[in-house]
Amino acid sequence: MDHINYIKEQFDQLQTAEAGSQLQAFRSKAFDTFNQLGVPTARNEEWRYTRIAPLFNNGFQLQENNLVLADVVTHRMPGHEKANELFFVNGRYSADLSKIISPSLQLALLEDALQGEHKELINTHLGHSAVYLRDGINALNNALVQGAVFIHVAKSAQVEHPVYIYNVTDGRNENVLSQPRSLFYLGVNAQLQIAETFITIGTQDSFTNKIMELVVEEDARLEYYIIQNDNAQSNLVSTTHIRHIGKSFSHGVTISLNGGIVRNNLNIVLEKAYCEAHLYGLYFQQGNSHIDNHTVVDNVSPNCYSNELYKGMMDGSSTGVFNGKIFVRQPAQKTNAFQSNKNVLLSNDASVNTKPQLEIFADDVKCSHGCTIGRLDEEGLFYLQSRGISEKVAKAMLLQSFVGDIVDKINIPAIRTHVEDLIAERLEYKVD
Amino acid sequence: MLSIQNLHANIDGKEILRGINLDVKPGEIHAIMGPNGAGKSTLASVLAGRADYEVTEGSVTFWGKDLLALAPEERAGEGLFLSFQYPVEIPGLSTTNFIKSAVNEVRKYRGQDALDAVSFLKLMKEKMALMNMDQVLLSRSLNEGFSGGEKKRNEIFQMAMLEPKLAILDETDSGLDIDAIRIVANGVNKLRNSENAVLAITHYQRLLDYIVPDFVHVLYQGRIVKSGTKELAYELEEKGYDFIKNEINIEEQV
Ligand SMILES: Nc1ncnc2c1ncn2[C@@H]1O[C@H](COP(=O)(O)OP(=O)(O)OP(=O)(O)O)[C@@H](O)[C@H]1O
Ligand SMILES: [Mg+2]
Repeated sequence: MDHINYIKEQFDQLQTAEAGSQLQAFRSKAFDTFNQLGVPTARNEEWRYTRIAPLFNNGFQLQENNLVLADVVTHRMPGHEKANELFFVNGRYSADLSKIISPSLQLALLEDALQGEHKELINTHLGHSAVYLRDGINALNNALVQGAVFIHVAKSAQVEHPVYIYNVTDGRNENVLSQPRSLFYLGVNAQLQIAETFITIGTQDSFTNKIMELVVEEDARLEYYIIQNDNAQSNLVSTTHIRHIGKSFSHGVTISLNGGIVRNNLNIVLEKAYCEAHLYGLYFQQGNSHIDNHTVVDNVSPNCYSNELYKGMMDGSSTGVFNGKIFVRQPAQKTNAFQSNKNVLLSNDASVNTKPQLEIFADDVKCSHGCTIGRLDEEGLFYLQSRGISEKVAKAMLLQSFVGDIVDKINIPAIRTHVEDLIAERLEYKVD
Repeated sequence: MLSIQNLHANIDGKEILRGINLDVKPGEIHAIMGPNGAGKSTLASVLAGRADYEVTEGSVTFWGKDLLALAPEERAGEGLFLSFQYPVEIPGLSTTNFIKSAVNEVRKYRGQDALDAVSFLKLMKEKMALMNMDQVLLSRSLNEGFSGGEKKRNEIFQMAMLEPKLAILDETDSGLDIDAIRIVANGVNKLRNSENAVLAITHYQRLLDYIVPDFVHVLYQGRIVKSGTKELAYELEEKGYDFIKNEINIEEQV
């Protein structure tokens, strides 16, 4: 059975099984979109360099799964003792594995939350990422939304412990399609830190199609860290969509170290004046891995500030894509938007395609962008070697220096150290 | 300790060094002078092992070893040090961490244990005092945003930390103010002993008032065309390079 038919069958089953669900209409609409658009191919400009359609010939299955903690315990991130932990297994929230230790964090299954006081809020924001991502892969998550969660951070709550999110796929027996889905709401003056990672257990192919939507209210502060270090059989489309609906602040770092084909969609919508967003990224690829960072910063209102810096180190035959869109709408005067993408190619077979895309409709703005693709600095290498440092260590030191400022942007110390260690492990050297 | 024989070197197919001969013995100070573009930095780079240069002829031995067969880091391990004319800026690499790595890598090469944090700190303190080195510079990224003079101070500080047998100073005095030249020269002199040597590339007699050379060589168009004692430096300062160029032209005509 081809994947379109399989998806249709799964959709029908889900709609029948959850006949009374508040999500019926949402799913139906998305399913129509999916039917119309299908899995994006290279013909879609946004997917020109990232080809996921052929992957679907692998016959990915949607599967319910009951992993136990023992299956995932080695994958927990450092600092988990003092973190809220949310597990999604094969795309569905697992209450058994998860633990909430911060009382100000209210979590409910989306289905249930839609019966409660936040119904309006959810209906307003759920699926807003589709406004920016008009493609079949976004629609696919929407069409089959299941086991999704709504997380509400109350007004003025300073969530003391970070939220760790584990997107786990059990690839021990089958090729699995996981579609984790969450909607976060940060109330006025609330503060939250999130660290998210992706784990495929086993050696089968997996495809994770994650959507995380976040709504940030007046004076709220969001930090999010996305760590990707999965195996080469795991493919991922990670969509993180942030709406600043009041004057607020977000700060995020996306670290991509390993995987098969990885596409990150990061959308920052600055809807109110004086919002501030910081977007950092680091990709360090090897083998045949493919990394694609598609970011959008949409300045809708005046006086917003955004700063974006992505750095890449490409080894082996890895391929990279950076596409950074900045929109400045006509009312968004006095926008300050900065973007930079810097790449180092470590082998002759690696490549990067980088494209800034600025669309500015206001006249009084400060915007800048820049991108570089180069090789490791030979002068620097010789300088270090001339001081007695071996070529291998010198290279490792230069690369760590190159990405150090990105890693330093991770404000959860245990996660920062974790990332430093992962990079040091890859380089087989650590600057102490 | 260093013996250079008939050294020829090219860059991008262009011959820059055209038959250098030079012997340096322990305890000696040699000055190399010569007009811009003569090949002084090229000589320094070839000795330190920069990959861009192709040695086409000749040999260099360092304590009896074939220097040209060694990687740059091995040359450092053997006791060669180059103070760069243009030190490289490396954003994100802390100067202290860099020096610590360098010291310990060189120790490893020599079969010594790595210095622990306490011993390293003690060594740093000692050399900082010797070189009047500012602590603040050491906590910054390597050479990033350093002034010209600060970069040169940092080079000499690294030299003090690594205690080389042969220090090649490529215009270390350029960019230093008058006080700094004296401090740097004093540092070099304090580190001197009968076992080590200095090869000082400079355009100015002033440095040589402090670091008094045993020999002065004039490098011109890729060759050492004249050697003498420290008086030669005075003569050059007074007359410029023209008299040497004239001498050579006369010789060539003959
Ligand atoms: N990549 C290159 N291709 C061609 N010529 C080069 C290259 N690099 C250096 N040179 C030339 O080699 C010559 C010697 O340069 P070098 O830096 O050794 O001179 P120098 O004696 O140190 O001069 P200065 O006193 O100005 O420091 C110069 O003419 C320079 O232009
Ligand atoms: Mg020079």
